[in-house]
Amino acid sequence: MSDRQLNSIAGSIRRGFVRLFSFFRKKPLDDDLNEEMAAHIDLAIEEKMRYGLSYQEARRQVMIRFGGVMQAREQQRESRGLPGLDILMQDLTYTLRTLRRDGSFTVIAVLILALGIGANIAVFSVVNAILVRPLPFRDPQQLVWVAPEATKCGFSCETYSADAYEEFRAQNHTFQDVAGYFAFSSSDNVKLTGHGQPTPATSILVTGNFFQTLGVEPALGRLFLPEEANKGARPVTLLSNAFWHTHFAADPAIVGKPIDLDGAPVTVVGVLPERFDFGSVFAPGSKIDLFTPAVLDDMRQWGNILALVGRTKPGITIEQAQADSNVVNPQLYFNIKYPQSLGNYKDQPIHLVGLKEYVSGKLRRSLIVLWCAVGTILLIVCVNLANLMLARSATRTKEFALRSALGAGRMRLIRQLLTESMALSCTGAVLGLAFAYAVTFFLAHQGSIALPMLSSVRVDGATLAWTVAIAIFAAVLFGIAPGLKASSKNVQEALKDSGQGLSHGRKHELTRALLVISEVALACVLLVGAGLLLRSFLHVLDVDLGFEPSHAAAISVDYDDGGKDEKRAAILREMLNQVNAIPGIESSGVVDYLPLERNRSWGSPEIKGKHYQPGELPGAYVYVVSPGYMKTMGMRLRGRDFTWDDGPKSESVIILNETSAKYLFSGGDAVGRMVVMNGQDWRVIGVIQDVHEANVEGKPGWQAYFSIAQAGPAGAELVVRTKLPPEVLASSVMSKLRGLNPNQPAAEFRTIQQIVDHAVSPRRFFVLLVVSFAAFGVILAALGIYGVISYSVTQRTQEIGIRMALGATISRVQLGVIGQTFRLALIGIAAGTIASVIVAKAIAALLFGTTPTDPTTFAGMVLLLGIVALVAGYLPARRASRIDPMTALRNN
Amino acid sequence: MTESKLDLLQGTLDLMVLQTLSAMGSLHGYGIARRIEQVSDDAVLLNQGTIYAALVRLQHRGWISAAWGISDNNRKAKFYSITRAGRKQLAKDAAYWQRLSDLMGRVLTMDSEGSAS
Repeated sequence: MSDRQLNSIAGSIRRGFVRLFSFFRKKPLDDDLNEEMAAHIDLAIEEKMRYGLSYQEARRQVMIRFGGVMQAREQQRESRGLPGLDILMQDLTYTLRTLRRDGSFTVIAVLILALGIGANIAVFSVVNAILVRPLPFRDPQQLVWVAPEATKCGFSCETYSADAYEEFRAQNHTFQDVAGYFAFSSSDNVKLTGHGQPTPATSILVTGNFFQTLGVEPALGRLFLPEEANKGARPVTLLSNAFWHTHFAADPAIVGKPIDLDGAPVTVVGVLPERFDFGSVFAPGSKIDLFTPAVLDDMRQWGNILALVGRTKPGITIEQAQADSNVVNPQLYFNIKYPQSLGNYKDQPIHLVGLKEYVSGKLRRSLIVLWCAVGTILLIVCVNLANLMLARSATRTKEFALRSALGAGRMRLIRQLLTESMALSCTGAVLGLAFAYAVTFFLAHQGSIALPMLSSVRVDGATLAWTVAIAIFAAVLFGIAPGLKASSKNVQEALKDSGQGLSHGRKHELTRALLVISEVALACVLLVGAGLLLRSFLHVLDVDLGFEPSHAAAISVDYDDGGKDEKRAAILREMLNQVNAIPGIESSGVVDYLPLERNRSWGSPEIKGKHYQPGELPGAYVYVVSPGYMKTMGMRLRGRDFTWDDGPKSESVIILNETSAKYLFSGGDAVGRMVVMNGQDWRVIGVIQDVHEANVEGKPGWQAYFSIAQAGPAGAELVVRTKLPPEVLASSVMSKLRGLNPNQPAAEFRTIQQIVDHAVSPRRFFVLLVVSFAAFGVILAALGIYGVISYSVTQRTQEIGIRMALGATISRVQLGVIGQTFRLALIGIAAGTIASVIVAKAIAALLFGTTPTDPTTFAGMVLLLGIVALVAGYLPARRASRIDPMTALRNN
Repeated sequence: MTESKLDLLQGTLDLMVLQTLSAMGSLHGYGIARRIEQVSDDAVLLNQGTIYAALVRLQHRGWISAAWGISDNNRKAKFYSITRAGRKQLAKDAAYWQRLSDLMGRVLTMDSEGSAS
């Protein structure tokens, strides 16, 4: 049975090929057929003549029996070749000829289409990369993000201690394996030495089974062995593919060799594949160069440090895994050495989400909005082109009438017009594809936009399929209306050289007016959406961050204090003294975690003796800072700053932020009071205004600042405040740092503004795209209005001429035309405003500090479209008023 | 013309051509058309020209093959002959037509009581 089906499939494929082949050998096959038919007729005539008929009579009879030679030939051609393709070729040749003749129309149409389709392709590639395409891991649907629901204390509340991780890994029944990575790595946290100057690199600790759990195979060498995560094991590392290329010239011989990291030899065991980009999945906008096995035995005292990813067993649903986790969670120890820490995680139930959802779920809404915006652009483009095509088809009425008089059917004419629109749209799509290719290439190399999977944005098979789909969709959309219109004309009417028949002109103009109105309405929706998002973005930029990002810059510094508080204080004091002495530097300070970058918490400050409900106090973000840091960052402090006298031997001091101080001391002044944190007493010496520590748009949480001479920092960032561009200072600062520590890696200044920009980059990205779509939409709408008005002025030349001859003034004529424009624009704006309100409500969740019915935005939109309509109408109006009545009347 | 001629059903011409070639061996287009007319006592409505569409169709299916040759009266003409696949197809189609015509015969001779006579 299936054999026969297979046979018949093979047969039809073969026949298809034979037909295709015949299509390309038209001439020889036709010659062959002609010869054959001639032979047929000769043979028949000969036979008839044998019965005594004259040649003429024989030939007559034979021809009757044979039937129409032309028909027979056509029939044979149809069964031998591809008749559809034949017609297509005819139409195409004809289309190319007409389009070439109409050069300016073709160029404009193709450009508009290229932009519209290109924007669609580019956005589709982004949507595809971020939302649609599975993560680049083996069986990605099995991967889940294991963490409590996001709360107010940042990464520290989304992570687990080493013991909790091991317990969870051992006790669950639904995971094949659970892996983790150290969630608190800073960028440039190691230095690669041994090749001249030390170069900074970013390393991250991962559990030994991390890559196996994700299903990542090394490009070279091997992954970590289980024993390499044991205490005292020989230090090993895996290189990211990019780092291997930039720093080791992609030399395969590096595998098995030691490299110097922070002065100690570490053996490279392998190189990760190019498609594995840790940053783009787990930490958008950052890059990781090296991976080292996390030795859990060293990390048991570090608190909540591991972010966990699990791979469920085959056939286990996320709900089953969730139920299992709910059982395991209360049985986790924070630290197994302390039995009372059993059940520490009870109050933070695990909330499993698919890894894909974790990575890109937050962006779904924004991306869908973006997709809709770009779809609207495509609609506007189609409406615009339909308009252009209509204008064109109006001038071609006679051509179509002639063709249909010569026997072309209605379908044949529509087909011809569709071929034209298809040719335009395909050319546009090809150009658009090139445009989108450039855009995606640009986006994929934008390391600074904090969007996940952005580096994998590219034009791929799915994108190409999408391109073909929208090109066809667009062609049908803008080709069908003029096609129907052109083919429904009354042949006789059109052939009569009757100039502009009034009735037909009216009907025609109505269609065009409707198109322009819908175009204006769509542009209206785009403008309102873009306006609201833009205003939200401006509000985001206006947020009081609690510090002054301008004129400040940070650089990571390296020092060796041997773990001693006194030594560290002395080193840093000297460093800051030297840096402050550099001309142009107003102040400087050191911090371990910069705001809006990493964060961590160490529990919360409490008032001694007061009892709090479990979970009542949010964990405080903790910062270890030097004297002068707060001033340098432009933070506003009440009370006093740390001084170098707040050392290990003096009283332990703390600075809190407003939010926490207000809660703890219920409005009373906190300065001078005592708090308990981590079982230790601290005197509050100051209160700072809330700083946006984790994001710009959310509300700040609790913050606690410690003196760098009293608490151990995790890394160090030197922050300087200066009016000079930081690059100018870089060399003098670096020479001071090198003078203090020859091992200082060649780090670069990052301005604090850059850090803020990075934090708002996703919103900036969306706003930029939506605003440019809106601008494009408005330009198209203006073009549409101009086209219609200008066309109607041309059509009414005679009428205007008569009016002017009868005494109409120039301004009256102009007003008439502009009034016509405004009527169209106003109807469009009215319809668009209603649609905009609906759309604005739908995107309310994406807005920040802006109501969906923001009057400024709506007023701005109306004003802008009004001006655009005015300009688009004024040009034809001016032309109309310059019509010379005599010439206008003489013509036609 | 006393009686109107039979219009050919879809596909019957192909079958006639196959049968003709199977019975007569190699023939040119005119020969095939002539032969079909003779056999049907001129009862078939056939524009001889239409035969060429059928011939090219059968060729594409691989059921007949064609080659230029010289006719009895020394004319250059294209000769068609049936292939093995063509014979197989002919057997199949002939059986089908036989069954269909039997069935149609029975159905059309059904009497008013509904029992077959």
